[in-house]
Amino acid sequence: MDKADVAWVMVSTLLVLMMVLPGLALFYGGLVRSKNVLSILMQVAGTFALAVTLWFIYGYSLAFTEGNAFFGGFSRLFFSGMWNSATSEHVLSGTIPEMAFGFFQATFAGITCALIVGAFAERARFSAVLVFTAIWMTFAYVPIAHMVWFLSETNPGLLAARGALDFAGGTVVHINAGVAGLVGAYVIGKRLGYGREAMQPHNLPMTMIGAALLWVGWYGFNAGSALSANGTAVLAFLNTLVATAGAILAWTLTEWATKGKPSMLGAASGAVAGLVGVTPAAGLVGPVGALVIGVVTGAICVWGVNGLKRMLRADDSLDVFSLHGVGGIVGALLTGVFNAQALGGPGLANASDILGQLWVQTEGVLITIVWSGVVAFIAYKIADAVCGLRVPEDQEREGLDITSHGESAYHS
Amino acid sequence: MKLIIAIIKPFKLDEVRVALSGIGVQGLTVTEVKGFGRQKGHTELYRGAEYAVDFLPKLRVEAAIPDHLVDQAIETIEQAARTGKIGDGKIFVASLEQVIRIRTGEAGEAAL
Repeated sequence: MDKADVAWVMVSTLLVLMMVLPGLALFYGGLVRSKNVLSILMQVAGTFALAVTLWFIYGYSLAFTEGNAFFGGFSRLFFSGMWNSATSEHVLSGTIPEMAFGFFQATFAGITCALIVGAFAERARFSAVLVFTAIWMTFAYVPIAHMVWFLSETNPGLLAARGALDFAGGTVVHINAGVAGLVGAYVIGKRLGYGREAMQPHNLPMTMIGAALLWVGWYGFNAGSALSANGTAVLAFLNTLVATAGAILAWTLTEWATKGKPSMLGAASGAVAGLVGVTPAAGLVGPVGALVIGVVTGAICVWGVNGLKRMLRADDSLDVFSLHGVGGIVGALLTGVFNAQALGGPGLANASDILGQLWVQTEGVLITIVWSGVVAFIAYKIADAVCGLRVPEDQEREGLDITSHGESAYHS
Repeated sequence: MKLIIAIIKPFKLDEVRVALSGIGVQGLTVTEVKGFGRQKGHTELYRGAEYAVDFLPKLRVEAAIPDHLVDQAIETIEQAARTGKIGDGKIFVASLEQVIRIRTGEAGEAAL
């Protein structure tokens, strides 16, 4: 056991927790109308808490123990077997207690589920969101995490075995959540008045604070994924810095050139896009590669929220797919490119391996899109049958804060 | 007595208040309102969503004015609230039947 590593992973876990509460909650909260701000905060908190609980009960075990190529086994239910209560001795995972790895990963499962709720904000029924989260986490997040991240001599995960690169969760977290969100936007339908009524964000400073907390917290997400306070963590740290800065500039300049004005919301969105893009790459590319990934992701995600969004014709209210889906795909593919030593990365020795790796990355992306999409569709249908996905029309008009949660955010 | 209702640009409030005090107007009421006139609104862009904002924020200033001050008050507001650009607002003048001071029960111009 390495105490420095243990300390870093515990700090990183706190940072990822801060990304969700309050980071993501505020980022989303500022973007909705004032009558729905508490509902979105509550959906973020509720899905995160549910996912972490399920992760503790069975999620970790099914994701990170020996099993087949898709699921693990049941040997770590309730985190059992990680710790000897008589001697207080921990089972190690690398240089840290497996328990620390388990709770670090718990926050990843939690944030992935919380990200999805932005796609159907302002109209989903809270109980349905919880039912959906339980099903989707079990049958989409857990197997994708196992497929991508479970390394083993005998029974590695499907994509891990093929050599797919995903340092901190571009595929497992972002593409996964982005696709589930998009399917949700289709299945639940558009908000009342979408496209006819103005639906301005009610508090963009709140969104800016949330984006800033996400950026800071993301060092736990990316550099923490080294699972050690080592050189790889330092590389991931620098990459997270330069990619994000580059993405903010890229989004801002693209928006300025095409739409006329450089918006604050654009800068905040660019930061998140860049962070998503560099997530799979963090410890697997050099800093120049990370800067390129950030710039490219930032610029492409501007298209994601404009041209692509119009093509998709879905009311993905807070652009979960346009940022996390698109940014995750761009990041996953470019990780396969800039991993090469010829392009400054620590991986592929020969530049000729890039095409092969790019195909492996593409496979990972496609499998995740299909898997997450199918599971999400079924999970929404079940949630709809069990409790109804959407609140009644009059409740949506009045706002979910009062009608779903019995409270209101602002009093004048 | 007249009730003067002036719709003005928000940043002109202090100038209007000072000018009206200067000619002896004893009180006024201000409300934040939105409206549209010849001044065009603007568009707001939030990521891919573009919204036309037609209603612009203005202040509605109401003052009850004794007959001998009405013309002077109108001129004063006009001067204080004017920038010369579209959107400076309007002044409405309506006759006022009665005014009562709640504390004392005084009525008419004595209550102003």
